[in-house]
Amino acid sequence: MVQKVDYLKETPSQTAGPYVHIGLAPGAAGFDIYKQELGKDIAGPIANGERIRVEGLVIDGTGSPVKDVLLEVWQANADGRYAHPEGGGPVEEGFRGWGRVITDFATGEWGFDTIKPGKTPGRNGSVQAPHINLWIVARGINIGLNTRMYFEDEAEANAQDPVLNLIEWENRRGTLIAGRSERDGQAVYRFEIRLQGDGETVFFDI
Amino acid sequence: MPTPGEYYQRDREWQPPAYTHDYKTSVARSPRYSLISLENTVSEITGPTFGHNDIDPLDNDMIHNYARSGESAIGERIILHGRVLDENARPVPNTLVEAWQANAGGRYRHKKDTYLAPIDPNFGGCGRTITDENGYYYFRTVKPGAYPWRNWVNNWRPAHIHLSVFGSGFVQRLITQCYFEGDPLIPKCPIVKTIPTQEGIDSLVAALDLNATIPLDSIAYKFDIVLRGRRSTLFENRLEGN
Repeated sequence: MVQKVDYLKETPSQTAGPYVHIGLAPGAAGFDIYKQELGKDIAGPIANGERIRVEGLVIDGTGSPVKDVLLEVWQANADGRYAHPEGGGPVEEGFRGWGRVITDFATGEWGFDTIKPGKTPGRNGSVQAPHINLWIVARGINIGLNTRMYFEDEAEANAQDPVLNLIEWENRRGTLIAGRSERDGQAVYRFEIRLQGDGETVFFDI
Repeated sequence: MPTPGEYYQRDREWQPPAYTHDYKTSVARSPRYSLISLENTVSEITGPTFGHNDIDPLDNDMIHNYARSGESAIGERIILHGRVLDENARPVPNTLVEAWQANAGGRYRHKKDTYLAPIDPNFGGCGRTITDENGYYYFRTVKPGAYPWRNWVNNWRPAHIHLSVFGSGFVQRLITQCYFEGDPLIPKCPIVKTIPTQEGIDSLVAALDLNATIPLDSIAYKFDIVLRGRRSTLFENRLEGN
């Protein structure tokens, strides 16, 4: 008998189910219980950088919007630093870089306000284009899905991004790039996430 | 500058696959292309941090956190406790653990839940806490009831509490469900059966822990949660990192 490699096993994931809002955003489930819900203010009041809005839909394999999904957002500040001890340095007071995004139960539309992140360090001295990490959970999703959202108006940085370039199928890279428009003078990015079917979004094993 | 330690690869044969035919909702919500494997960057090894300013001390007491003054939730009073560890068996301190569940009758406080069991006016069904320096957490609550759900015509969920855990990096983010020792519905449940191995299923079943009960007050179950492990920072004379 060889010796045992004595690691613990990661706890198996289970679907967040249809009532994830009760636990993570009870206001959306229809009741107030906590003095403050977490993840509502991603950038805080004084963060540098361009204020943006991001909106979209999560669409299932039948082409229907997923109306009970919850997304979590994780991003760097405009200087490319994360609000974390290993994030590259201090960030602005109130900048958390993390948010929770709830869909409208009737339409499936979701949206959040933040600032546009800066470039972040990649591996081996490379530079990553500005991007937002997303984690998607819902009924029917057995383990949370990870993806990234990049910005249409960062074409030059996107072309050099080591993660986008890792995707062998060049025609799938576009599934990670949000389109930019303006509304009332503010930048609005549109990002559709397709769980399955034509134009399926690239998801990552991170 | 030393290279930050990477998280261990997630064991995808241990975790449930995206497509699980008998859990019907997964059929149209599962990606068909392979996940693209990324080596860790700063985007993955960092994650949100939380402090005691974010939560209220009573948030982990679901018997009282939604109850009217002097009243309490109805049901079998339980303590759910355990530790958050990583795959190296090191405690994960100061991490947010959030829980949600049905009430003792199996009904959720959610506008979309139409099950005919009654709402408990004194039970919200959610709690949250931050692990201590040893990774320890506990909740006080009532044991949730089993309830029917629309998958096959006659499916019933075993009693369960949903748990959401962060860890220190975004790669560790995890949502799971804790079941209870002795529940005959566990092996029947299509959601439980998304997990490929019996060993994996067993790891989601909390054990009755009589030593942690409060006599004449609450019964206790112990449930440890394991997040992904991580190499230490690489040193030239210890390439494996640990």
